[in-house]
Amino acid sequence: MALEIMEGSIAIAQAVRRCRPQVVAAYPITPQTHIVEALAEIVANGELSADYITVESEFSALSACEGAVAAGSRAYSATTSQGLALMFEVCFNMAGMRLPLVMTIANRAMGAPLSIWNDQQDSIALRDAGWLQLYAEDNQEAVDLHYIGYRVAEDHRVLLPVMVCFDGFVLSHTYEPVDMLTQEEVDAYLPPFVPKFMLDAKNPVSMGMYATPDYYPEFRYETDLAQKRALEVIREAGREFGEQFGRDYSALVESYRMDDAETAIIAMGSICGTTKEAVDEMRDAGKRVGLVRLRTFRPFPTEDLREALSGVSRVAVLDRNVSLGAGGTVHRGAVVLEVKDALYGEPIPVLDYVIGLGGRDVRIEDIKRVVELCEAGDGDRFYGLRTEVL
Amino acid sequence: MAIDKTCELFDCGHRACGGCGASMAARLLLKASGPETIVVSSTGCMEVFSTPYPETAWKVPWIHSLFENASAVASGIESALKQQGRSEKVVVVAGDGATFDIGVLCISGAFERGHDITYICYDNEAYMNTGIQRSGATPFDASTTTSPAGRVSFGNKHPKKDMPRILAAHGSPYVATASVAYPADFMQKVERAISTEGPTYVQVHAPCCTGWGFDGAKTVAIGKLAIETGLWVNYELVDGEVAKVKKVVKKPVEEYLKEQKRFRHLFKPKLQEEEIAKIQAIADRNFERYGHEIRLPPKKAPEGA
Amino acid sequence: MPLNEGCVAAPGRARDNRTGSWRVFIPKFDHEACSKCGMCQLICPEGCIQETGENEFVPDYDYCKGCGLCAEECPKGAITMEQEEK
Ligand SMILES: Cc1ncc(C[n+]2csc(CCOP(=O)(O)OP(=O)(O)O)c2C)c(N)n1
Ligand code: SF4
Ligand code: SF4
Ligand SMILES: [Mg+2]
Repeated sequence: MALEIMEGSIAIAQAVRRCRPQVVAAYPITPQTHIVEALAEIVANGELSADYITVESEFSALSACEGAVAAGSRAYSATTSQGLALMFEVCFNMAGMRLPLVMTIANRAMGAPLSIWNDQQDSIALRDAGWLQLYAEDNQEAVDLHYIGYRVAEDHRVLLPVMVCFDGFVLSHTYEPVDMLTQEEVDAYLPPFVPKFMLDAKNPVSMGMYATPDYYPEFRYETDLAQKRALEVIREAGREFGEQFGRDYSALVESYRMDDAETAIIAMGSICGTTKEAVDEMRDAGKRVGLVRLRTFRPFPTEDLREALSGVSRVAVLDRNVSLGAGGTVHRGAVVLEVKDALYGEPIPVLDYVIGLGGRDVRIEDIKRVVELCEAGDGDRFYGLRTEVL
Repeated sequence: MAIDKTCELFDCGHRACGGCGASMAARLLLKASGPETIVVSSTGCMEVFSTPYPETAWKVPWIHSLFENASAVASGIESALKQQGRSEKVVVVAGDGATFDIGVLCISGAFERGHDITYICYDNEAYMNTGIQRSGATPFDASTTTSPAGRVSFGNKHPKKDMPRILAAHGSPYVATASVAYPADFMQKVERAISTEGPTYVQVHAPCCTGWGFDGAKTVAIGKLAIETGLWVNYELVDGEVAKVKKVVKKPVEEYLKEQKRFRHLFKPKLQEEEIAKIQAIADRNFERYGHEIRLPPKKAPEGA
Repeated sequence: MPLNEGCVAAPGRARDNRTGSWRVFIPKFDHEACSKCGMCQLICPEGCIQETGENEFVPDYDYCKGCGLCAEECPKGAITMEQEEK
């Protein structure tokens, strides 16, 4: 294993190169730009033989990827926030058409107000689009999830596009040591894309037909089943990755110091790094606290989460998004709704903390404070509001 | 490449209205393109009448994604084919709404990037699939459901957008207009567009009996009248320059207008001479611009008169 | 028939939909008057007019919608539309 210190975005671009996409179509947007610039350079230097389509918008970026995959090529895109929102319609379409892709999301807040900084509102807003959503805690994981992402997306049991989500700036612009697999290693792990159906004059088919009410529900059901099947396919691909390269990603949720924990924190993404440190400090102080990190949000790992939470007395969810209008008179994000659903019928209080929106820093003290609030039964609210400006 | 007129790649059983000009266009363009073609459709009448799952009328590879992204999807397909070393031709077939209005962003991008695609717009001059709403291709004074003629309105207030020129200005090496009323000419233009490298455009007039209000048996006749009155001009732009224009013996625009319900308010309850004069002026400008009027020698006065 | 995921289908099934049932008027072809120009076959939006071994143009009434375009455009007036008896 050769660790290299690299910027997150560059590491992603290098990982994508090793996945050998034949078509890359992306449109620049902060904080995704370094990825697509690096890929442009990689293609310009002949280090990846791909067509790099300099599209005029994210809408066309994803549409072009859709066409490329339909024609039987592996494709790649990356975006965030406003760009992802512009892709909304294509996102639903690609999943419904069962066209696999890996797209990196450098998570960023949604305007208005305009913000280039990190939270997870953008990808969360697309949770119902049919894409698998994987969330990385650090750059090593973000990189590895791209290899795994293509494996899973293109698996004929799944055939769905994948968003690999990693936090904008916090990870995308941060230098961390990363173990980059060699091309040979990636080739050994990730087979070439074999489409189940494609546009081909030798065997013509029609793709993207419309469905009458006689068929539509069955297509949606079948797509939801593919999400269910993905649970096992991700585990499988993650396990095999571990067997080959030593980093095991078979778990859809990661439990950190959860043995005998009374309070469980649930979170996704880079905030989990800070949370782990906070957990360590609280453990040192004798508090029985642990972290359950969600690696997949779609498909939602309901059973895995239930198991990870068995025996806890309370749950604090860190939501880096807000589901505006949800929760009646209280404030909630989207993750807590899923957690509550997973724990339905359990007598465990689940409290939500809308935190770190629009790049607001979340520090170790904040996590500790959240745990205190949770212990006191105070939750389902924004955390850390600057009341002086309200 | 000779066009095989017997080649049938658009199957019977599709659900277009009887006499639909767009369905003629689909069938004819496939004769011209042949089987080595990948078609990308936009949402609209043609997509809907030809592909209710699982009954597709397309015998070539065909894909529909959205209303407004066909040229971006086509860009990706063309890139993928290049990467794979494949030789199929990529042909977009999209309505005027998809082309003139909502798809302009993607079309502009695809043409600017120079993808080797042929874009065929079947122009039925409104959003037919959603119930005859106006588009940027709807002619001046046509009554549609969103530009209805009323007590204080004569219908659509804007002249037809000049999409062919817009695409020629993108540097397209071949842009042509055609009509289903002249099938051989249309097929030739499709064939030429496909065999010209780079992004090419064919806009085919596709009269819509349902949306325009005429008997489906008259689709070809109406198409011909549009050309004879100068309200539709069949021409080619090669590298942006007018290369060929179909010449006609000029007829007054009334002859075209009065055949269609969408212009009925110009004749009933009373003749709107001023409005018809405005439409005549549009036709006259076309004749001036393209110089395609055949001037017959003046008729000899009958003897003894 | 099980679904093809992604709403994908191979050609062929459009013919399940026999549009001939839409017809109100039916085209009758006078093969004597026909000059074999092939115009009707070229313009029929259904593509349902076949040329037989005897060089006669005949519509497939399973799919002919009776739109009347062929009759309108036939330069010889060899096609006439008649009210269909059902
Ligand atoms: C984004 C989006 N907006 C609106 C629609 C609704 N819609 C579907 S087809 C159509 C009109 C199609 O018009 P045109 O391209 O001219 O094709 P036509 O139906 O006339 O053949 C509209 C407005 C849609 N499908 N998607
Ligand atoms: S509404 Fe017009 S374009 Fe649509 S199928 Fe009918 S005739 Fe054709
Ligand atoms: S009536 Fe219409 S559908 Fe029938 S054969 Fe003639 S052109 Fe074709
Ligand atoms: Mg239209």
